[in-house]
Amino acid sequence: MNAVTTSPKLHDCRDAFVSVLERLAADNSKIVAVCNDSVGSSKLGGFKAKWPERLVNVGIAEQNMVGVSAGLANGGLLPFVCAASCFLTGRSLEQVKADIAYSNANVKLIGISSGMAYGELGPTHHSIEDFAWMRVLPNLPVIAPCDSIETAAAVEWAAQYDGPVFLRLSRVGVPDLLPPGHKFELGKANLLRDGDALTLIANGTLSHRVMKAADLLAAEGIEVRVLNMATVRPMDVEAIIAAAGDTGAILTAEEHSTFGGLGSAIAEVVVAEAPVPMKILGVPGIFAPTGSAEALLDEFGMSPDGIASAAKALIARKSARN
Amino acid sequence: MQPNDLDGIARQIRLRDLQAVYEAGAGHIGGEMSAIDILTALYFQVLRVWPEQPKHPDRDRFVLSKGHVALALYVTLAKRGFLPEEEISTFLKPHSRLNGHPNCNKVPGVETNTGPLGHGLPVAVGMAKAAKLTGSGYHTYVLTGDGEMQEGSNWEAISSAAQFNLDNLTLIIDHNRFQQGASLKDTNNLAPFPSKLEAFGWEVTEIDGNAMNEIVPALQHRTTRPHCIVAHTNKGHGISFMQDTVDWHHKVPNAEQYKIAVAELSEVL
Repeated sequence: MNAVTTSPKLHDCRDAFVSVLERLAADNSKIVAVCNDSVGSSKLGGFKAKWPERLVNVGIAEQNMVGVSAGLANGGLLPFVCAASCFLTGRSLEQVKADIAYSNANVKLIGISSGMAYGELGPTHHSIEDFAWMRVLPNLPVIAPCDSIETAAAVEWAAQYDGPVFLRLSRVGVPDLLPPGHKFELGKANLLRDGDALTLIANGTLSHRVMKAADLLAAEGIEVRVLNMATVRPMDVEAIIAAAGDTGAILTAEEHSTFGGLGSAIAEVVVAEAPVPMKILGVPGIFAPTGSAEALLDEFGMSPDGIASAAKALIARKSARN
Repeated sequence: MQPNDLDGIARQIRLRDLQAVYEAGAGHIGGEMSAIDILTALYFQVLRVWPEQPKHPDRDRFVLSKGHVALALYVTLAKRGFLPEEEISTFLKPHSRLNGHPNCNKVPGVETNTGPLGHGLPVAVGMAKAAKLTGSGYHTYVLTGDGEMQEGSNWEAISSAAQFNLDNLTLIIDHNRFQQGASLKDTNNLAPFPSKLEAFGWEVTEIDGNAMNEIVPALQHRTTRPHCIVAHTNKGHGISFMQDTVDWHHKVPNAEQYKIAVAELSEVL
């Protein structure tokens, strides 16, 4: 039971994204890619070679990029906006709010290299605020897939969904966790393993880390539930209430500030619906120091060991309450 | 339609706008009066639109980037048949779809939600670019305020319109020389606009933006480049005591002023 079968092979989720995008674009001439001089970093070279006229590169002008995308959608096209998440969400926040979410423009916003993927480049290039900025906007699903399989499924889903979407991708390699053929469902968490000592909830680059932490805990005889929760808005309220009820404690982990992200969103549900002890792991509300994403995640207590330790402390808190 | 007929419609729109501002106790009357001749020319002479099919794919696009003059657009759209004229009396009332800035998901004929300045032109560039990519023949028009041109996003869009060779895009700058708090020249003086737009690769036409015989041909003008019309207008145009004063950006007339304004707008009808 609960055997972990993660593949050791690491995948850059941008590859899954462009592979699906190009496949869909071959059949749907309405699909256009929009970028801010980010052809290389968004891996749009293949798209550009096949459909040069359908690659709308506005140059280094993110506010214009998002506004132009809203106009392209108004003209009947299906834009996928591909840009570094820090600039896409930060520089164009008001355009995302007014032109995309409030106007209900059918635009897919793809935030590339999110979290601390640009670790060494420093906090200007870290995107550890994007969950908070995006999830506060009405009418904008916020999704952070955990692996290449979920990325491909989410892109497929986004293309057929009639409305705005924010999809948050990394460039840091992750192993596949979900089974091949997995279908993405908005607002639906995936049970990766089950147990009753506590629930670990993560998404994006943290899901495989919490799975490794669950292995470490299992080796000590502690069985925990693990939920992959790609959708940060709308929340899977049912899964959170069930986790609180069945396991009595929730530990979250994310490549994002501890302010306003996945953990905060879960805490909003827990406090209102099913209060249990909780801990939120993430970047602890600081501008992160220089380092690779992997090293910084470790430093902020999100190595598998760190997550397992936090889990044990939380289980102790839970036990002290009982 | 002859310029005189359009002038008559514009006066009716001004009167209804004035009445709605007076009754609602709010609005942006100065900028509405400066822009109404342009809106009238667009909706009653220039735009290819079908009020009964507001989302027709071949419709010309009009984006009101200076979204704070939404009331002028609502009155124009109502007069053109996009919404019931009696609905104007709900302007700014609780749960009315006619709020202070236009909502494209609620009001037929509105293309995109504006309000924060510097948003309409980038969206219009996208609309014009979409027409190029899909081979559609519609034309895209966007109306900005002159103060609004201080937003940097407009210049990003101006540059990309030239880069994309958008000869199907017309930008109209409502150059009434005043912004909310002061004159343009005392705030951040972007005037003269023509040399700046031309430097970005646009063709520029300067007109009297309150004269139908100059507005209509300028809107109908086609060229091989993106086209900017610098429309020299008067804030508060048509109402003598409002004209060219910064006070009337969003001031509401009192009973006596309202009476005078109605009389002035009515006498030429």
